[in-house]
Amino acid sequence: MQFGIFTVGDVTPDPTTGRTPTERERIKAMVAIALKAEEVGLDVFATGEHHNPPFVPSSPTTMLGYIAAKTEKLILSTSTTLITTNDPVKIAEDFAMLQHLADGRTDLMMGRGNTGPVYPWFGQDIRQGINLAIENYALLHRLWREDVVDWKGKFRSALQGFTSTPRPLDGVPPFVWHGSIRSPEIAEQAAYYGDGFFHNNIFWPADHTKQMVELYRTRYAHYGHGTPEQAIVGLGGQVFMRRNSQDAVREFRPYFDNAPVYGHGPSLEDFTEQTPLTVGSPQQVIEKTLSFREYAGDYQRQLFLMDHAGLPLKTVLEQLDMLGEEVVPVLRKEFANGRPANVPEAPTHASLLAKNEVTTV
Amino acid sequence: MKLVVVSAGLSVPSSTRLLADRLAAAVDRHTPVDIQVVELRDLAVEIAHHFTNGFPGRALAAALDAVTEADGLIVVTPVFTASYSGLFKSFFDVLDKDALAGKPVLIAATGGTARHSLVLEHALRPLFAYLRAVVVPTAVYAASEDWGAEGLPERTEKAAQELAALMQGLSAARPAEDDSAVVPFAEQLARLGA
Repeated sequence: MQFGIFTVGDVTPDPTTGRTPTERERIKAMVAIALKAEEVGLDVFATGEHHNPPFVPSSPTTMLGYIAAKTEKLILSTSTTLITTNDPVKIAEDFAMLQHLADGRTDLMMGRGNTGPVYPWFGQDIRQGINLAIENYALLHRLWREDVVDWKGKFRSALQGFTSTPRPLDGVPPFVWHGSIRSPEIAEQAAYYGDGFFHNNIFWPADHTKQMVELYRTRYAHYGHGTPEQAIVGLGGQVFMRRNSQDAVREFRPYFDNAPVYGHGPSLEDFTEQTPLTVGSPQQVIEKTLSFREYAGDYQRQLFLMDHAGLPLKTVLEQLDMLGEEVVPVLRKEFANGRPANVPEAPTHASLLAKNEVTTV
Repeated sequence: MKLVVVSAGLSVPSSTRLLADRLAAAVDRHTPVDIQVVELRDLAVEIAHHFTNGFPGRALAAALDAVTEADGLIVVTPVFTASYSGLFKSFFDVLDKDALAGKPVLIAATGGTARHSLVLEHALRPLFAYLRAVVVPTAVYAASEDWGAEGLPERTEKAAQELAALMQGLSAARPAEDDSAVVPFAEQLARLGA
């Protein structure tokens, strides 16, 4: 099972000091956080993609390429890559390039994006969100698998004799996850292609996550990729830890109360009860994370949100130390416990390459 | 058949709830129904949190499910500042936009004076028309003075009779829904001509 972190890349004032980091500071902090993730033994770093303030990561492959040069094992991913408003041709090129530079340590997660104005800013219509995700991905999928593509669709200009370069590393396209919170169409899409399905459950109650994951698993089996238990599932999580749980609550509360998205809304107590958010001791984080398996089944990738809401870099790095040293080793052991042998690990470049060689021999 | 009563009265006891109960009892006399009352006052905090959290709390989720699964609805609001109350509107703002499609609904309101009675026709009826509900022709307004005058029982009776008739007719005609239905991917692709 893979463990990692995903970042939104928000520039948020620290509510305890009122200080807002500069964009440069935030970008460099994201890099420092990624390097720390590798240092403490995490498997994945994923960055969001945004095209409006207060977010900085508009250009994920630039950042991931830079991190690739400074790491050796970390898998570089996205959370998410906007399949609706990016040109699928450019996604094919950018991520194939990243794949070569990172020696295959890259995958990506498709998402639609829920910021209304981004669609018109990029010449698209939000009402076509699902259709854009379907058509653009159908093209991207072909661009990575066929050397010469003739193509015609509703949303972008036609292609005649187009070859996306560089070709994927070793002829193996990057593994793709499809992220969706509430659209069954996207679970269906992930299932159809035999791709991964990531449910970013961090703002959602367990029963909703369960429904979406079950739908994906059922349809994955329907399309003949394996049994429902073999489908490739990823989940989100959000934690803040201190040795003593009261200290964690006291320190995190001002960040929670002023956070983008849920700040000035529910109480920290209600939110921790109803969603995956855990604010407490490393042991509480372990227990809560292990409980995800009860409703999502044995899964392949767990990403934690650690660095938002204006938390200072120093604090985030301390959190990552605890995550890597005290939480993830226990999670690895406990999740392996009772995991059926036929439940696969998340596909990597090496595993996909090995599979390719078996099928082509 | 299931009749759900949505009452947006704030005081306890509330004349809005009193009107709601009398309407529900009248419907039950015409056709036996299981009555469930949703008091929005009890859900006010969860409704506000739904706006900020993006998902409903447990009690609100149960209420939204009850409304969605009902064979008919009675909705009653006090008149606040020339319209339905903000709480009443907020409940229907967090309800799924298709939840009331084809559903029989009886609209009713209470107020301090009869001068506000057209709120039913100018505010509530368009709201439920937008949600594609089937709103019964008779809407019932009760001003304070109506509780001591003639006329209210007759209007109550007429509206209840209309709702009962619609519920009997429409619940027989409504097809069973399949929640697990997904559009197969090939169909999605084909629609795009890809």
